[in-house]
Amino acid sequence: MDVFSSRLRSSEWRKLALLAPSILFITIFFVLPLIRFFLLSFFSPHLTLTHYVRFFKTPVYLMVLLTTFKISLLVTFVCLILGYPIAYLLGEVSPGKRNILLIFVLLPYWTSILIRTYAWITLLGSQGIINHTLIRLGILSQPIPLMFNDTGVVIGMVHVLLPMMVLPLYSVIVKIDRNLIKASYTLGASPSQTFRNVFFPLSLPGVWSGCLLVFIISLGFFITPALLGGRKSMMLSMLIQQEVEYIMDWGFGATISFVLLGATLLALFVYNHFIGLGKLMPGR
Amino acid sequence: MSKESSGISSRWVLLWVSCGLIFFFLLMPILIIVPMSFSPKRIIEFPPEGFSLKWYASYFANPQWIGSTLRSFRVAFGVSILSTILGVLSAFGLIRGRFAGKGFLMAFILSPLIVPVIIKAVSVYYFFNKLHLVGTEWGLILAHTASAIPYNVIIISSTLINFDEGLERASMNLGANRLRTFFHITLPLIRPGLISAGLFAFISSFDELIIAIFISGVKAVTLPKMMWDGIRFEINPTLTAISSILILLSTVLLLSSEYLRKGFTKKGGLELPR
Repeated sequence: MDVFSSRLRSSEWRKLALLAPSILFITIFFVLPLIRFFLLSFFSPHLTLTHYVRFFKTPVYLMVLLTTFKISLLVTFVCLILGYPIAYLLGEVSPGKRNILLIFVLLPYWTSILIRTYAWITLLGSQGIINHTLIRLGILSQPIPLMFNDTGVVIGMVHVLLPMMVLPLYSVIVKIDRNLIKASYTLGASPSQTFRNVFFPLSLPGVWSGCLLVFIISLGFFITPALLGGRKSMMLSMLIQQEVEYIMDWGFGATISFVLLGATLLALFVYNHFIGLGKLMPGR
Repeated sequence: MSKESSGISSRWVLLWVSCGLIFFFLLMPILIIVPMSFSPKRIIEFPPEGFSLKWYASYFANPQWIGSTLRSFRVAFGVSILSTILGVLSAFGLIRGRFAGKGFLMAFILSPLIVPVIIKAVSVYYFFNKLHLVGTEWGLILAHTASAIPYNVIIISSTLINFDEGLERASMNLGANRLRTFFHITLPLIRPGLISAGLFAFISSFDELIIAIFISGVKAVTLPKMMWDGIRFEINPTLTAISSILILLSTVLLLSSEYLRKGFTKKGGLELPR
C-alpha cells in the first residue's frame, strides 16, 4: 500500500512537471511584465498615489471612463438584440441549413478585426459608400457624420463582437428541451406567451454569458474605436496608447491600464458570481 | 387552427427577414471589400466601374508589403509550434493530474485571457524595451505565444477529456513503452485537437495587431502593423487587395479546419473557440 501510494505520488509529480514549461513561460512573458508595469503606477519616481488622484480628479479622464462604460453597454445591448434572433433561428433550422448559416457567422469572425474595421471606414466615411449613395439618390444633400463619433464606434464594434454573442447563446438555445415548448402549446399558451414564460427564461444562461463576454471584451477594445472614433468617443484603451506612445508618461499610462483592468475584473467578478468562470474550461 | 398556423408562419417570415438583414450586416464588409479591390480608380466607389488587377499588382510588386507578409508568416508559424507544444504538455497535466492546487495552476495558465490585449501589449513593450526585444521577430513570437497558450490549453483539453485512457494501458500491456504508446496511440487520437489549436494560434498571431503596434518597432513590421499605418496615414486601395487575399486565406483555413475536424472526429458541428 505504501509502495503504491508513493508510486502514485511520483506519477502525479510527473504530471505536475508537464505544467512547468507553460507556467514558467507565462510568468516571464506575462505576469512579471504586468507586475513591473503595475508598480510604475505607484513609483514614479518614488511611492506616490498622485497618478491615481490625477485620474479620478480630472473631469476629462472621468469622461473617458464613463464613455468606455457607455459604449460597452450599448454595444452589448445591440449585440443581444441582433444576436438573439440569429441564435434562435440556428436552433430551429435543419442541421444542413444550420451549418451554412453558421459559416455566415464564422466567416466574419475569422476575418481580421482590422480588415472589417477598414471596410467600415470605406462604408461610413463622409466620402464613403453610404453617404455617396444617399447623396446620389437625392435622399441627402449633405453627408451625415457616421464616423469619428459614437455611432461609428458602436456600428463597428457590434459587427466585430456579434459572433461572440451568437455562439454562447446558440450553445444554450440548441440544448433547450423542445418538449417543454410543445407542452406549453398543449396547455393552451400562445406562441408569445410560450416564448416569454418558457423559452426565454430557459435561454437566460446563454444571454448572461454572451452579454458578459461581449461587455468584458468591449471594455478593453482598441482597434475599432481607435479607427472609427473621434475625440469625444475616446475609450480607456485609446488613452493608454496615447500616454505611452506619444506622451511617454509611463506612470500615468500604467495608472489608466490598471483602472481598465480593475473595471474588467469587476465585470468578471459579476460573471463569476452569477455564471461561474468554470464554464470556460470544458468538462468541469 | 388555420388562423393559428398562419400566425406561426408569419412569425417565421418575420424571423427569416430580420435574420436575413442581420446576416447581410455581418457579411456586408466582405461583400464590399472584394469587388472594390478590382476597381481601376483610386477613389472609393461602389459598385466600382471597370475592372483592374492593379492593386494586386501594387501589392505583389512592393518589397515592403511582401517582406512584412513573410515576416507575419514566420512569426505565426513560430507561435503556432511553440504554443501547441506548451499547450499539449499543460493540457495533459491538467486533465490527467490529480494533484493539489490544480485549480489554481489552471487559473494561472488561463490568466492571460482576462487581461485586455492593450494592457498586455504595453506592459510587454516596457519589459522588452530593456531586453532589446522590441523590433525583433523573437519578441513578437514570445509575446504572441503568451496570449496563445490559454486558448491552446482549452482546445487541446477538450480533445483529451473524451480520450479513453484504456487504449494507452492496452498498448502498454501489449509491450509498447511509454514513448511508443504516445507516438502510435495518443498522438494520432489527439491530432484533430492539435491541428485546430495550431491553426487557431497561427491565425490569431497572423492577424494580431495591438501587440504588434508596440513590439514591431521599425525593424520588425508585420503585415497588420503595416496595414494599420496605411489606414491611418493615407488612402491606399492596395489595402482592399490585401484584405481580399486575407479574407480568401481565412475562408480556406476555416473550411479546411472544419473538414479536418469532421474527418477526424465525425462529430460535425461548426463551433470553434476563439
